[in-house]
Amino acid sequence: MTQETVHPVTPLVRVEDLSVRFAGTPPVHAVNNVSFELAPGEVLSILGESGSGKSVTLKTLLRLLPERKTTITGKVEVDGQDVLALEGRALADHRGGVASMIFQDPSLALDPVYTIGQQIAETVIRHEDISKSDAMARALEMLEVVRIPSAKRRLDNYPHEMSGGMRQRAMIALALACRPKLLLADEPTTALDATVQIQILLLLRDLQKELGMGVIFVTHDIGVAVEVSDRLAVMYAGSFVETGSVEDVIRDARHPYSKGLLAANLVGAVPGTRLDAVPGAPPPLNALPEGCSFAPRCAHAETACGISPLPIWTGGNGRWARCVHASRAGALAAAESTS
Amino acid sequence: MSTPILSAHNLVKHFNAGGFGAARKVVRAVDDVSFELAPGETLGVVGESGCGKSTTARLLVQLLRPDSGSVRYEGKVVGPELPLKAFRSKVQMVFQDSFASLNPRMTMIDAVAFGPTVHGMSQSDATRKAQDLLDRVGLDPSRFGGRYAHELSGGQRQRVNIARALAFDPQVIVLDEAVSALDKSVEAQVLNLLMDLRRERGLTYVFISHDLNVVRHISDRVMVMYLGEVAEIGPAESLYSAPRHPYTEALLAAMPSLDPDRRTMEAPLAGDPPNPIDPPPGCRFHTRCSRAFGPCSSQVPPSHTVGKSHVAACHLNSVKEQVA
Ligand SMILES: Nc1ncnc2c1ncn2[C@@H]1O[C@H](COP(=O)(O)OP(=O)(O)OP(=O)(O)O)[C@@H](O)[C@H]1O
Ligand SMILES: Nc1ncnc2c1ncn2[C@@H]1O[C@H](COP(=O)(O)OP(=O)(O)O)[C@@H](O)[C@H]1O
Ligand code: SF4
Ligand code: SF4
Ligand SMILES: [Mg+2]
Ligand SMILES: [Mg+2]
Repeated sequence: MTQETVHPVTPLVRVEDLSVRFAGTPPVHAVNNVSFELAPGEVLSILGESGSGKSVTLKTLLRLLPERKTTITGKVEVDGQDVLALEGRALADHRGGVASMIFQDPSLALDPVYTIGQQIAETVIRHEDISKSDAMARALEMLEVVRIPSAKRRLDNYPHEMSGGMRQRAMIALALACRPKLLLADEPTTALDATVQIQILLLLRDLQKELGMGVIFVTHDIGVAVEVSDRLAVMYAGSFVETGSVEDVIRDARHPYSKGLLAANLVGAVPGTRLDAVPGAPPPLNALPEGCSFAPRCAHAETACGISPLPIWTGGNGRWARCVHASRAGALAAAESTS
Repeated sequence: MSTPILSAHNLVKHFNAGGFGAARKVVRAVDDVSFELAPGETLGVVGESGCGKSTTARLLVQLLRPDSGSVRYEGKVVGPELPLKAFRSKVQMVFQDSFASLNPRMTMIDAVAFGPTVHGMSQSDATRKAQDLLDRVGLDPSRFGGRYAHELSGGQRQRVNIARALAFDPQVIVLDEAVSALDKSVEAQVLNLLMDLRRERGLTYVFISHDLNVVRHISDRVMVMYLGEVAEIGPAESLYSAPRHPYTEALLAAMPSLDPDRRTMEAPLAGDPPNPIDPPPGCRFHTRCSRAFGPCSSQVPPSHTVGKSHVAACHLNSVKEQVA
């Protein structure tokens, strides 16, 4: 594979040729041959529309998918551990200890019948050899870390007694209580008002720096990805189609789908004018795609686009795009610059 | 402005929020809201969740009865001067939840044809009209006409809802977060459709959205609401480039930057939007406003005209007026 990224250090996450399929009639090929690496302390955003496989990718990293109906192939390593082989105690340590996750809907993480303080303390006790009172002290510390006002009083709040933004902060406190090396964020600000969203994004950015965590941030919102991440991966119909630094992808996207997403986000649009919209809708994921899944919507599609494996264009700084058109354009540009 | 096609006059809507007697609480969802729509213009409406955007929309299309105030269509008070049925065919609404708006047991052709038949059109004429409209919103009637709501994607369902609104030959369409639930690439298609229809049919839109980028793109004028009131209303361009209300400024500053070299460094507002039960006295924004001064906590700021059809309810503008 030509998808190597230049990391001088051992990666915190290494995903190689990951595929995830759900059994059923018809089956769902939710993730197809995804490979990427994340350096310690790096923030990667996975950008894609609904159903593109973002959440499934994240859940695989925590082994949160229903075991019986899910077939996972490929390799997933987090902090040197083979995640797909983890069992029992080691799996429990991994979830919430090494890696933890925050969600769009805090009710997925917060239990309505326990106070915020109890829940954080309980999580710490599960992962560390620590007394009840020390665990409660840690809970208070965490609420302060996520800048919840009057943290001491809030320890005794139940989730429903908090506002939306506050619940989101409490969920972050819970996720970070055991100082994970990897934070998985699944659209944690999508349901929030823009004024609250930006507060949470800035908080996450600060905490990431303070704690030096690696973060994988999943979103459908380019603006959000730009605010928080170092690198961007664009996902379409279960595959990564382009990755690179945020700067490179935003300013010079190479994959036609990435370009379409930028246009749809009104990047550079003149008010009132028609948008350069991608036609159609994402394909069903019931069969493994042959060639490029984007072909039915792509203005550049040609015969070669129907044949796997697709050529991969690579640029500097670890960026690449899996696309016939981008590869040819890249080769032409290279030939011109040497002639 | 020429005679407004649609106008809101001092609309008030309070909801009961529990309690009795002296302890009775009310949500001041919409509190004295007035604005005018010129024929063919698009008015964007923005503001944090709970500020009264949807309530305003529902009052405007007469899905809700105001506690006081009125709506006029071409100058006539709806109800006393213009019968509701006539008004309904002129002013239509499209909602965010594309699924809830469609009858699950109706085919798409029937869903679109339903309105015109209720208004007296023959079944065969209504069906023909529905076919044309489905075609116009980009859905081949022979492929999609016989389908039920659950057999369509969100974007396709929203196209049907737009066709359904068009079936009344309305002059005004109120769109309440009509594209918000769609994926970005599909949202762009539907925005193009709305802009094309606007041009073809001279439609007037009220476009409610939490996405300030989209509102900027589609709107001629923009209304900013805060806790049931109009904070600022004005031409999109001047409101975005030179807002005259600190709340508008804060909303704009909260937009993600889309430029990796100019990331947002500081959140413009702290905390969540306050509750419209018991709003603060004086300027309702004063508890979060970084520029609040003397009169703000006790005196309600009047609406200052700050430019051509540009009005802002903030005391800072009266200071400026005195200085000027
Ligand atoms: N039927 C109702 N009964 C009681 N309260 C209501 C009712 N409808 C709306 N409200 C309240 O009125 C206020 C304004 O609601 P509205 O739906 O107009 O807000 P909005 O600006 O559309 O918000 P959003 O951005 O979340 O859609 C909110 O506090 C809401 O909870
Ligand atoms: N537990 C599951 N069983 C079956 N299909 C699933 C399951 N979880 C997700 N999927 C399917 O996998 C695809 C990718 O889903 P997901 O990763 O949740 O998308 P998103 O990018 O919106 O997060 C979708 O088609 C979804 O319906
Ligand atoms: S591979 Fe072909 S169809 Fe796919 S995005 Fe590139 S040019 Fe378009
Ligand atoms: S009136 Fe005062 S508190 Fe209200 S927005 Fe203006 S400066 Fe801020
Ligand atoms: Mg998801
Ligand atoms: Mg609403």
